[in-house]
Amino acid sequence: MKTIKVDYLARVEGEGAVRIRFRGDRVRDVQVRIFEPPRFFEAFLRGRSFTEVPDITARICGICPVAYQMSSCAAMEDALGVAVSPAIANLRRLFYCGEWIESHTLHIFFLHAPDFLGYPDALAMAREHREMVAAALAIKKAGNAIVRAVGGREIHPINPRVGGFHSFPPRSALRELLAELQRARQSALDALEWLSRLNYPDFEYDYELVAVDAGDQYPFIGTRIISNRGLNISVRDYERHFQEHQVPHSNALHSRLKERGAYLCGPLARFNLHFDKLSAETRAAARRAGLEPPCRNPFKSIMVRAVEVAFALEEAIALIDSYDGSGQAFVQAPAAAAAGYGASEAPRGMLYHRYRIDDAGIIRDARIVPPTSQNLASMEADLTRIAPRMFALTHPQATALAEQTVRNYDPCISCATHFLKLTIERE
Amino acid sequence: MPRSRRAKLAVWKFTSCDGCQLSLLDCEDELLELAREVRIANFLEATRAQLKGPYDLSLVEGSITTPADAERIRDIRRRSRALVTIGACATSGGIQALRNFKNVPEFIAAVYAKPQYISTLSTSTAIADHVPVDFELRGCPIDKRQLLEVIGAFINGRKPSIPAHSVCIACKRSGTVCVMVAKKIPCLGPITHDGCGGICPAYGRGCYGCYGPAETVNAASLANAWHAAGASKAQMHRALRSFNANAGEFRAAAEKLDEDD
Repeated sequence: MKTIKVDYLARVEGEGAVRIRFRGDRVRDVQVRIFEPPRFFEAFLRGRSFTEVPDITARICGICPVAYQMSSCAAMEDALGVAVSPAIANLRRLFYCGEWIESHTLHIFFLHAPDFLGYPDALAMAREHREMVAAALAIKKAGNAIVRAVGGREIHPINPRVGGFHSFPPRSALRELLAELQRARQSALDALEWLSRLNYPDFEYDYELVAVDAGDQYPFIGTRIISNRGLNISVRDYERHFQEHQVPHSNALHSRLKERGAYLCGPLARFNLHFDKLSAETRAAARRAGLEPPCRNPFKSIMVRAVEVAFALEEAIALIDSYDGSGQAFVQAPAAAAAGYGASEAPRGMLYHRYRIDDAGIIRDARIVPPTSQNLASMEADLTRIAPRMFALTHPQATALAEQTVRNYDPCISCATHFLKLTIERE
Repeated sequence: MPRSRRAKLAVWKFTSCDGCQLSLLDCEDELLELAREVRIANFLEATRAQLKGPYDLSLVEGSITTPADAERIRDIRRRSRALVTIGACATSGGIQALRNFKNVPEFIAAVYAKPQYISTLSTSTAIADHVPVDFELRGCPIDKRQLLEVIGAFINGRKPSIPAHSVCIACKRSGTVCVMVAKKIPCLGPITHDGCGGICPAYGRGCYGCYGPAETVNAASLANAWHAAGASKAQMHRALRSFNANAGEFRAAAEKLDEDD
């Protein structure tokens, strides 16, 4: 029996491992193991005030705190019957654009591209592709500049609150970003072209693709969830359709659709389900890179991320152009006994929050389902499908292919353990 | 600097959100230069390449919450010439230290289906509770400019220049009007360590203490001021029990509020 093991997955957020075991030429089992220590966020949230959710849940993930802030605020506003103004909704979209730009660019160039080119990391890659890495750093910086201007700082921003923002940033603070964003947009389009010249494994699978629906906009925050197999539900009905299963071989909870099993969320799902909501220019850039729905090759998610970076930069520029910084920055949300549901699109996929609060606004119950838990079943299934190809490869090549396959999902393992019913395998 | 003489830098993760080590990758303008000045010997979030110790400087993110990690940090200490903690988790136990005041078996049963498999300690503790630490950089998250200052200081063998004053000083310096005086917004600024530059008051909200306690604070006096601003005791208790709940002065101040009940 041959075993391919990656003891510590590098270039992912958090701590995980992969093990693929073969018997003869058959794949015996595949495990994506999570050994990040458990963190008890749902338990910590009990007894806290509903106003604290954006600050507390941000700490689940240093890579995508904006997603946690947006899903938690959406859920609380759902509970309290608060509707935010278009100005607040637009500033949230801008804020979210910043996180997508920053997080996607980090993943594309620092975590994933080195796999395609055979480097241990982006710093080694920079020795031969210095211009591309420098451009990537500039794009990432532009995304961070948005998050900092709107949120106060890049990691664990302080400005969001239930009902909106503590204050609207001055118009000048956003307008001064425009030149940098324009340059970053061009760099993102160039990066997409560069990525289209990489070699992609010939691999496709007809996934059930799941994403938030936000009407006629490419989705960030939304009240419905759709799929390419006809799912079209209110976020409030999430738990009637999705269930977390304990899978004996993996010791980690996998989220599944009750009727149909594994599904995929994240850039590939959004791109396929919402392609028509991208601008004509961004769609044309995607087509030039050879991307068009249906795109079923998970390795091409790296290019889809670049498309989303280009889109987010274009969207951010438009939102800043129309921003005037006037009006109420938040809607007062008086406490009431209620339950609320929220979903938004973290860079790596749908993030669901549900809370129950009492009449004093104290949280009685919380549930958080991050994208990485939703993608674990598909991640393992992809490894199972691709494992037979590993026979023709050397052990280091096979290991690299396994890691690259996992990184297609941009897994955020720190996020995943805050809710994963994690078990530690004792050998 | 010749390649062989460059300092070896290692980044280690314990129980954390990854945000503080991300601060290093967020140094977009300095990262490539930094990589020329030091050898990145271990930084799993960024590279699969790993060099053997000893390391000239180890940056440690996260708190100790499992028996295995309590062992691992001792091993890292043995292989590190200097060890610096980065962020509230590593420096005070972080938000995970909320478990220190609760019944952990109950937590596990509430969150996990098969509690018998969960290997965790009932506390989340700072790195300095386990091994000697050469410097503690505060913040949830840390400030990346302060991180660069600390790295620069250690690889050049000097003391980092990180002020220990409160957020109040930062507001005075930046000309931010005091939210507590002007708007009666409860603020932890008077007892909180600066490092962020006073961003919460600048955005019109009270400081919520993510850098932990400043030097020589008077929490009892602040409790009176919160009361005068109309904040309930429960509200102040929650504010102290957040991202630095286990840090000395915050912990003591919350316990004092408990006693007063």
